Amino acid sequence: MGWLDRFFKSEEKSSSVAKSRLQMVLTHDRSSISPGLIEEIKDDIIKVIAKRLEVDPDNVVVNLTTTRQESRLVAEIPIHVNGRNR
Amino acid sequence: MSAKVITVTSGKGGVGKTTVTANLATALAMKGRKVVAMDSDIGLRNLDVVMGLENRIVYDLVDVIEGRCRLRQAMIKDKRLPELYLIPAAQTRDKMAVSPSDMVLVCDQLREEVDYVVIDSPAGIERGFRNALAPADSVIIVTNPEVSAVRDADRIIGLIEAEEKGPANLIVNRLKPSMVARGDMLSIEDILEILAIDLIGVVPEDEAILVSTNRGTPVAMNATNSASASQAFRNVADRLEGDTVPLIDFNARDGFLTRLRSLVGSPK
Repeated sequence: MGWLDRFFKSEEKSSSVAKSRLQMVLTHDRSSISPGLIEEIKDDIIKVIAKRLEVDPDNVVVNLTTTRQESRLVAEIPIHVNGRNR
Repeated sequence: MSAKVITVTSGKGGVGKTTVTANLATALAMKGRKVVAMDSDIGLRNLDVVMGLENRIVYDLVDVIEGRCRLRQAMIKDKRLPELYLIPAAQTRDKMAVSPSDMVLVCDQLREEVDYVVIDSPAGIERGFRNALAPADSVIIVTNPEVSAVRDADRIIGLIEAEEKGPANLIVNRLKPSMVARGDMLSIEDILEILAIDLIGVVPEDEAILVSTNRGTPVAMNATNSASASQAFRNVADRLEGDTVPLIDFNARDGFLTRLRSLVGSPK
């Protein structure tokens, strides 16, 4: 593929794809926490929050990030709030 | 004299461990150091052919460990340099013929006699890797700019840290600067961000490697142009000796068109 194609299509570079795929796979390699377990945790979080608030389940994101120093779960949980929102 | 024992490893096979071992040992010997290159890949030895010493093997590492010869007798002298030696692996045995403590014993004996022992580790994370790691004072991890090699390097880094043999240093081998420039190869920055490890060298893809391996002459012995693999290996040897040597600027070598392409690349 020549640069002209890329100029017009603006396709993501294969090196960026490689980098993000590596970061994802290494997160799980380093922690031995499987992607399936994260999905289960996500479902549990949705259940707990949904008892009190209206959750938008399709847009809940739970990510595991791992460096050699620390691991953390980052959850983003969109909710519907009526009333006092401006 | 108290040698530094450097183990060259990678996890993945075929990334260039043997080539790196042969060339680092050669480049250090060219600097006047007394160096032993040791093949720890029992059953699949190759350091001998890469160094061009395959016809001179009488005794090997397992012969030393099992007491059939003295250490000196298994050290094949490379006649092209004053103080370069090879200790070959046994070809007709397997990894279980050697234990990590055997490797420590052999290297402790060598420590008194030489400046550097450079150990070529087998691929994998099993016994052969453990053998190569056991005597190491420092570790060099070889990787290529591709997902499978970087993933395995990450695994190896974790194992080395668990054994408290770190911190390891990284050599990125077989880099193609033109592919990096057009966004089709992981860059050095990408790899360092992912692996979070210190870099000790970048070796470009270079046809001279295959030519020199064909001849059994490590490429570091040939003085070639300044952006060559040969120069890159000699730079790593300088860094091991404590010198500060900047990385080769491979982009300077690319043609005008390559640079133009990288400038005209698609907007994000």
